[in-house]
Amino acid sequence: MPSTVALTVARYRPEQESEPTFQTYEIPFRKDWVVLDALNHVKDQLDGSLSYRWSCRMGVCGSCGMKVNGTPKLTCATFLSEYLPGPIRVEPLDYFPVVRDLVVDLTEFVRKLKQVKPWIIRQEEKPLGEGEYLQTPDQLDTYKQFSLCINCMLCYSACPIYGLEPSFIGPAAIALAQRYNMDSRDQGAAERLKILSERDGIWQCTFVGECTKVCPKHVDPAGAIQQYKFTGATQWVRSLLLPWRTR
Amino acid sequence: MSAGPRYTLYHPRWYRRRVSVWWWLQNRSYTGFVLRELTSVFVAFFAMVSLWQLRALAQGPETYGRFLARLGTPLFLALDTIAFLSVLFHAITWFNLTPKAIVLRVGGKRVPDWVIVGSNYAAWLVLSGAVAVVLLRG
Repeated sequence: MPSTVALTVARYRPEQESEPTFQTYEIPFRKDWVVLDALNHVKDQLDGSLSYRWSCRMGVCGSCGMKVNGTPKLTCATFLSEYLPGPIRVEPLDYFPVVRDLVVDLTEFVRKLKQVKPWIIRQEEKPLGEGEYLQTPDQLDTYKQFSLCINCMLCYSACPIYGLEPSFIGPAAIALAQRYNMDSRDQGAAERLKILSERDGIWQCTFVGECTKVCPKHVDPAGAIQQYKFTGATQWVRSLLLPWRTR
Repeated sequence: MSAGPRYTLYHPRWYRRRVSVWWWLQNRSYTGFVLRELTSVFVAFFAMVSLWQLRALAQGPETYGRFLARLGTPLFLALDTIAFLSVLFHAITWFNLTPKAIVLRVGGKRVPDWVIVGSNYAAWLVLSGAVAVVLLRG
């Protein structure tokens, strides 16, 4: 087992350079270290100017997503030992504008997420006196998987369609829309369908399937999109056959 | 990844890379995806040949004989081999993806993926068997 490993990190300091460069740091190798520990070591001991995002270091907050040796990963859950003997290349997520070093801007995603209305929509609220909206474990089971999304953006970084068509609503936002569509308490499916069946919605997806492979929470956004395509298509046929019954 | 940076309005210093035209060579699953998309060209070719065959059949034995002779030429043999392999690749890769799109629930529980994939292959086998029976009897 080596005592050190080389960590090659993408740097982008907009006030100094017009495009990203790489900088290599020799860091101690420890088998219980993840890539995020290595970045923290660089920041604390070697180069305080390195910028990156992190918070919970336990796969819950979704802020430490980066590309490690070309694959989008949560750096808090990616062990150095998987990449021996190195060097380990760390880059910002693809397809998002790089603000500095490993920090990308996510404004566009937040805008899209809001567009798909990821909250429970009721046509009519029931009076408080009638109590809460009950749900069986089986009903919970239909959408639970999609609710585990932590907005880490690995799926966007893995999606070549998002790279080629930046207006595409994208995997996580559609999976989260589906999370609410499948919820037995929700009545907003028709509102979401209007947005999701438009040009930048589900039909942009050509089912590359990489979003599902890189998802650290096993949300399966590719599955969500394909299932939504089925819903979209049946709704379209229904509106064609029964135009007076608009849902 | 190549070409120069694109700039974001009001944030001219944000760096944005363009996607290279060779993005699909970056990793194996991208390449597999593009190959799967390309197989549809040969699926279309196969469909055209089948329609052409029907037309030849409708025009009588002489035309049909000429059609068969043309199918025996090296060019068509080569094209048919490629088409056959493409259709196989197309069918297998899509069959394996069906559980993503089809979620069936029986008694509140999700039907396992292998059942959905397996029933596709079973249907394929049964239909191919039926076609073989019809052809071999005739």
